[in-house]
Amino acid sequence: MKINKKIDGRDAQGNTWLYSDIVKDHFFNPRNILFYGEEEIYEADASGRVGSPACGDEMVVWLKIDPKTEKIKECKWQTFGCGSAIASTSVMSEIVTENNGLTIDQALKIKPQDIMERLGGLPAQKVHCSVLGDKALRMAINDWFRKTGQHQRIVVEGAKIIDEKLRITDRDIEEAVLEGARNLEDIQKKLKVGVASPEAIPEIEQLIRFYTEKYYG
Amino acid sequence: MFFNKKKKSFVYLDHAATTYIDERVKQAMEPFWIKEFTNPSSLYAPALKVKGFLSEARKKVAKILQALPDNIIFTSGGTESNNLAIFGIARKYQNQGKHIVTSKIEHQAVLRCCEQLEKEGFTVTYLEPDSEGFISPKKVLSAITPETILVTIMYANNEIGTIEPIVEIGKEILKWRKEKNTVFPYFHTDACQAAGALELAVEKLHVDLLTFNGSKIYGPKGVGVLYKRRGVEIQPLFFGGGQEMGQRSGTENISGIIGLTKALELVQDNRLAENKRLFNLRNYFWEQVQTKINKVKLNGPKLEDELLRLPNNLNFSILDVEGEALLLYLDNYGICCSTGSACTSASLEPSHVLSACGLPYEYSHGSLRFSLGHCNTKADIDYVMEYLPEIVEKLRKISPVNLGVVQHAKYK
Repeated sequence: MKINKKIDGRDAQGNTWLYSDIVKDHFFNPRNILFYGEEEIYEADASGRVGSPACGDEMVVWLKIDPKTEKIKECKWQTFGCGSAIASTSVMSEIVTENNGLTIDQALKIKPQDIMERLGGLPAQKVHCSVLGDKALRMAINDWFRKTGQHQRIVVEGAKIIDEKLRITDRDIEEAVLEGARNLEDIQKKLKVGVASPEAIPEIEQLIRFYTEKYYG
Repeated sequence: MFFNKKKKSFVYLDHAATTYIDERVKQAMEPFWIKEFTNPSSLYAPALKVKGFLSEARKKVAKILQALPDNIIFTSGGTESNNLAIFGIARKYQNQGKHIVTSKIEHQAVLRCCEQLEKEGFTVTYLEPDSEGFISPKKVLSAITPETILVTIMYANNEIGTIEPIVEIGKEILKWRKEKNTVFPYFHTDACQAAGALELAVEKLHVDLLTFNGSKIYGPKGVGVLYKRRGVEIQPLFFGGGQEMGQRSGTENISGIIGLTKALELVQDNRLAENKRLFNLRNYFWEQVQTKINKVKLNGPKLEDELLRLPNNLNFSILDVEGEALLLYLDNYGICCSTGSACTSASLEPSHVLSACGLPYEYSHGSLRFSLGHCNTKADIDYVMEYLPEIVEKLRKISPVNLGVVQHAKYK
């Protein structure tokens, strides 16, 4: 059966479910993989792991870094996840190692949007996958800072508590937006945020707008 | 390259999503596009002829359900029939009570209705299934209160194929009504997945309302049926010309109705033979999966008993890999199936059915559903088994997850 390439795979909400050719290429031919079991003998300078199989995505990134130039010489990875999670990690590993590798400081400037752009976009429901690839890289870089005793350079992603009673932070709201929440009702369904602390609601609504704009605007 | 060049083929193993139309159904529908197009509500001879076909169709459907023709309401599909049954009863009888009993593994077309009714002041009890998806009749009974006006439990589950004990649930409800000397609660079943494989005689099932549709039984999309027992009243969803005995206004979808009727007759006629064939094919499939892929887990009831599980349904989890990735690779080989993984749902939540059965998320994410049908033969299963083990192996090779093995030993 031949499917017209120009087909517009949008759902009723106007969101596309189609993967770009670049995503498909990276999914079917992932770059820089460390095959399962090879990590036992691979001498990485640093590594980072995010997600869990229960969440549906888990990624591990291994880096080899030149201590003098601080350039990333190799970036290997393994991913459990959907097509876009695999493609995001693959593209991320390319970005940080091409042209003799980015320096640590350059690599820290990579944003999920850069990964998405390089992939030729992702369906809205899949944006969180590119965030995970970026996170795994950051964790690996922090691991390197830790291993080389540069503790002052470790980047701690700050989180601010929004709902005192349930200890819910702005990061939780960011995650919820990435998982598809678009309004207070969605967020409350996911987190029960603000249910016990109605005074937090204006700030929650502001954060929803902010993160929706940031990732989907 | 990492992956072999794909071989062109088309193997459809997603009949629970929807089916193609049986050639004979298409033929039966043919006259109603251009020739017999008139509005059956009109009074001239051609319209009366169409009216005759409509009433014929209604009689045929009624006969299979062992019901009366005026018990049959034609709708636009399974979703509408479920909405009409649930909102119809709830709105009609809300003065008698505002409680509904259902299960956690119903189709969204039932669950979303119940959630909406909760917003409108109803209370809904969502029963937990056991680990194989069965809803116990005793649990249903113990959830019923004098406030309960409706019990709605599906006939067979779309994801794991569990055949619910509808007859027993019906009997428990009858007993309760008799003891309490009441006509409530009414009993509705969503039979969309069951209509092609199971008996639909409503008296034997002890149901007051029953939903099914055309698009799962090799009939057309956009047409469904709500059976409603005489004496049970519903508040309509649509108002207008008063078609379907005032219960569902709108010009009748005559070609659809003719198609659905033909499709129902065909599947019900050949039900037992086809069930047997699919049962054997499905069990062969699972045998192959178990032989060729390690770390797999069957979801839903055991396969041996044909009374407990739809014969065409196979749902299993492959550990350490994610369902959408499997699906995309299978698609690359022209194989169509579904997954309960969160990654394919807009809500990013894994299958509510698998979760309700107590399956951990990491198992749901790696679940695949294959639903077999008319077009499938052993060659299709062999085709899938030619590629599936290889796909699993490749995805496991790039996955950091190895469930059951200590995780932290693997990365340093």
